[in-house]
Amino acid sequence: MTLPRLLAQSADGTGNLSSEAQIFAVIVAVLVLLFVVELVRRRRLVERYALLWMLAACVMVLLAVWNNALNWIADLVGIASPPNALFLLGLVAIFGLLLNFSVAISRLSEETKILAQTVSRLDAETRELRGEGPATNGGPREPELADQQPGDPPVSA
Amino acid sequence: MATPSASPKTSQQLRKLAIVPAYNEEAMVGRVVREIERHAPDFDVVVVDDGSLDATAAVADREGATVLRQPFNLGIGGAMQAGYKYALHRDYDVAIQVDGDGQHKPEYIPMMLEALHTSGEADMVYGSRFLGDPGYAVPWGRRLGNRIFGVVLSRIVRQSVTDPTSGFRMVNRNGIELFARDYPHDYPEVEAILMLHAHRLQVHEVQVRMNARGFGESSIDYPRSAYYMVKVMLAIGIGLLRRRPTPMDGPPPGTGEFAAVAPGAGSAGLKTPPEEGGSA
Repeated sequence: MTLPRLLAQSADGTGNLSSEAQIFAVIVAVLVLLFVVELVRRRRLVERYALLWMLAACVMVLLAVWNNALNWIADLVGIASPPNALFLLGLVAIFGLLLNFSVAISRLSEETKILAQTVSRLDAETRELRGEGPATNGGPREPELADQQPGDPPVSA
Repeated sequence: MATPSASPKTSQQLRKLAIVPAYNEEAMVGRVVREIERHAPDFDVVVVDDGSLDATAAVADREGATVLRQPFNLGIGGAMQAGYKYALHRDYDVAIQVDGDGQHKPEYIPMMLEALHTSGEADMVYGSRFLGDPGYAVPWGRRLGNRIFGVVLSRIVRQSVTDPTSGFRMVNRNGIELFARDYPHDYPEVEAILMLHAHRLQVHEVQVRMNARGFGESSIDYPRSAYYMVKVMLAIGIGLLRRRPTPMDGPPPGTGEFAAVAPGAGSAGLKTPPEEGGSA
């Protein structure tokens, strides 16, 4: 997103942004911010993740507006070329986001597993109550055609 | 001991459950259920249909088993945990895993139940192929994996574990409560032994023979067995660092040596076991 900024920097080598590039970078960052807000408004994105992305967009705006921020960061970490500091920042941010997602996915699959286990138990109990299930290894049972996939071979007991 | 000594139950009074995890086993699962009913008629049978695409659930149902139909495939760990949760919910005292592929012979169930009681302190009794002649040619990869895990596990739990990947295992109420609450995901057998150890639950081995798998090749092929080795080793390593909540109040029965450690401390329901000796 801050590609124009990068290009401008490599062009004059000082890390200072041309005003056109600066304006462009601000516009892009603000658009990202608006897009995230719109996603939340339509309930396509929960606030938890919206915060992350809005933070990312804010950092983009900050870097675009504050000319010397990148130079300062590069100096601080000891990176000779400010664009490399930008790459590093971006990588770290993306790595953090991905790790965050892996944690979220792990939690979701754990929750899904618990739901599946509960559903199967409730299903067994429902069948039992309806008299379809094997209450005590006796009583007539209806064949479970619903559980057969169409095209499966016929059941052989 | 499955029950507090205040109200000892005989084997006949115990509520006993056989959990049969099955994934696309329509050819074998019926026979497994019948064999259990023949050799261990006092066991109720619950088949966990782990999202099978074939008629596994229908076959099991026709044989008179209760069927837990998982809405999609959870893997053996999730399926077994569904079984343990069912056991806990229905207040069973003993639960045994009998694989739906016919590998485990139900004729050993009475012997294992006997061992669970007579060994006194055991919370889990499992059938080991390698205490004697396995009864079939175990592929060398499996044998090697078993040996490696066996050596590592035996050192950690300070007790000989000859067949750590055996799924043919019977637990008492303590084991049911623990596994219903927390059971490993992918390849649970090895890690489960570690969990039992972390919770001061006792494991006892008995010798069994097994059938080669019901049909086809072992479900674990070579790339997957490499993943298996790494994953389980990681699980063992991390398992040593983890504090897991204990389902029991106070020390589990049969571990008198810890009675002095935790009097009154366990009434909160959740307690973490003492740190494992050394972080290794």
